[in-house]
Amino acid sequence: MREPILTARDVTREYAPGQGCLGVSLDVWPGEVLGIVGESGSGKSTLLRLLSGQESPDSGTLQFIDRHQTVWDLCSSSESDLRYLGRTEFGIIHQNPRDGLRLRISAGGNIGERLMGVGERHYGDIRAEAEKWLAEVEIDPSRIDDRPAVFSGGMQQRLQIARNLVTHPKLVFMDEPTGGLDVSVQAKLLDTLKRLVHDLGISVVIVTHDMGVARLLADRLLVMKSGQVIESGLTDQVLDDPHAAYTQQLVASILQVN
Amino acid sequence: MRRITVSEVSKTFTLHNQGGTVLPVLNRISLHVDAGELVVLSGPSGCGKSTLLKMLFGNYLADQGSILIAGDEEEVDLVSAHPHQVLELRRHTLGFVSQFLRVIPRVSTWDLVAEPLERRQMDREEINERVSRMLRRLNLPERLWTLAPATFSGGEQQRVNIARSMIVHYPILLLDEPTASLDARNRDVVAEMVQEARAQGSALVGIFHDDELRGRLADRLVMLEATQCV
Ligand SMILES: Nc1ncnc2c1ncn2[C@@H]1O[C@H](COP(=O)(O)OP(=O)(O)OP(=O)(O)O)[C@@H](O)[C@H]1O
Ligand SMILES: Nc1ncnc2c1ncn2[C@@H]1O[C@H](COP(=O)(O)OP(=O)(O)OP(=O)(O)O)[C@@H](O)[C@H]1O
Ligand SMILES: [Mg+2]
Ligand SMILES: [Mg+2]
Repeated sequence: MREPILTARDVTREYAPGQGCLGVSLDVWPGEVLGIVGESGSGKSTLLRLLSGQESPDSGTLQFIDRHQTVWDLCSSSESDLRYLGRTEFGIIHQNPRDGLRLRISAGGNIGERLMGVGERHYGDIRAEAEKWLAEVEIDPSRIDDRPAVFSGGMQQRLQIARNLVTHPKLVFMDEPTGGLDVSVQAKLLDTLKRLVHDLGISVVIVTHDMGVARLLADRLLVMKSGQVIESGLTDQVLDDPHAAYTQQLVASILQVN
Repeated sequence: MRRITVSEVSKTFTLHNQGGTVLPVLNRISLHVDAGELVVLSGPSGCGKSTLLKMLFGNYLADQGSILIAGDEEEVDLVSAHPHQVLELRRHTLGFVSQFLRVIPRVSTWDLVAEPLERRQMDREEINERVSRMLRRLNLPERLWTLAPATFSGGEQQRVNIARSMIVHYPILLLDEPTASLDARNRDVVAEMVQEARAQGSALVGIFHDDELRGRLADRLVMLEATQCV
């Protein structure tokens, strides 16, 4: 039987009373897309930072099983172990591409840097792989030497995806990956994401405020409010038969817009 | 073989944002469906036919009772199942034809219909052959095949929906008014497909508001108004 690759139990990081992430437990299964939705300030980004080892919890446990079946206790791992996991096993796609890209090195360099992080040294191979991944996320490979600072928001977000996926991480965290983009750019990006996630068989934890994105990408959903998970289940079940008052409100508000 | 066993299932909706209105819909429903049998749910509008069907697919949760679904490998109780078990059942055991196509934006008709076959890793040639046969059978003109169904007429969308849900054989097939927006010719095609699925051993549960069709297809009727006591 398959087992979860990431297990969080009672994870808490409380910045101020009632603020942050309070006693969250969840599992991430191989190859699944887990969506996290909830109102602003409910602790979604905090949870993502805790799960990905970017920040340590005050209490609780976090266990990750890597591709070699090595079990990691993320709460007691050293900085260098967490950096190792960040380079090899995890991908992190930030809402603002500026947080996930190095704007002053070339697009090819942004992708190549991740490959070098996992030990790739051959310049020609790195460049070829970078070109392949630019094409994969539908950026013209002839732009390989351009700096991402001159790319549009949608292209920057695509580059961030290429930079993260080039090393075939096992688990990718995404915080509002389609956030600041206009609707048609969002749609194309979502199609690309859906295809890549399916083809590579990676697991994804994605934070979004957009129920349409959740329905399209996520297998399961967690709904957060005031730092806690208040409802969870299959995506279509949570959206079509929501039980909690807050979830009903969330779903009703999108029905009105459509 | 018994494929579906529903025991004492109840469902109440609580509308928190409408003054906490409590809406009891199903009360201690029990029914069973065997392989090769088509059970039709009937009863007046609003009595909970679609609600029950959605619970059989794991789309709605039951408040209590049990819903045993027997796949070829194992039996799962949907009321207590983990979401991954439900997804697994949907991959191999449970098919659902909803009343309306929930359009996946930007995906072409062809790709929508081919997808269930691709998930089963069938070879390209056989996929092409089966998809075009299915689309032809449902009288979907070839000029529509490469288009996304978002702009199609209601009946065209519904036929895409049926093609997608019936292109693979599911041991259990749930049908929510599959023919509601179809003309007589296409309705007959769908009725024929339903009968073929039954002949191949599928256990079927359907809702048909068309009396003639219901009479033609049903092995048994389950009246919901009779079973519930709201
Ligand atoms: N580093 C920090 N220091 C102090 N408080 C913080 C910090 N990070 C987050 N918080 C607080 O914790 C709460 C949760 O913030 P978080 O960013 O996780 O919310 P979110 O659900 O991602 O919201 P949004 O949808 O607006 O991005 C907020 O009240 C926020 O102000
Ligand atoms: N997700 C939901 N949230 C709240 N109430 C719901 C939900 N789904 C169904 N209901 C309510 O449950 C009752 C039964 O609805 P259902 O769709 O099952 O009826 P039906 O028997 O299929 O009717 P029809 O023949 O008109 O399709 C209705 O009162 C409906 O409003
Ligand atoms: Mg956030
Ligand atoms: Mg109905």
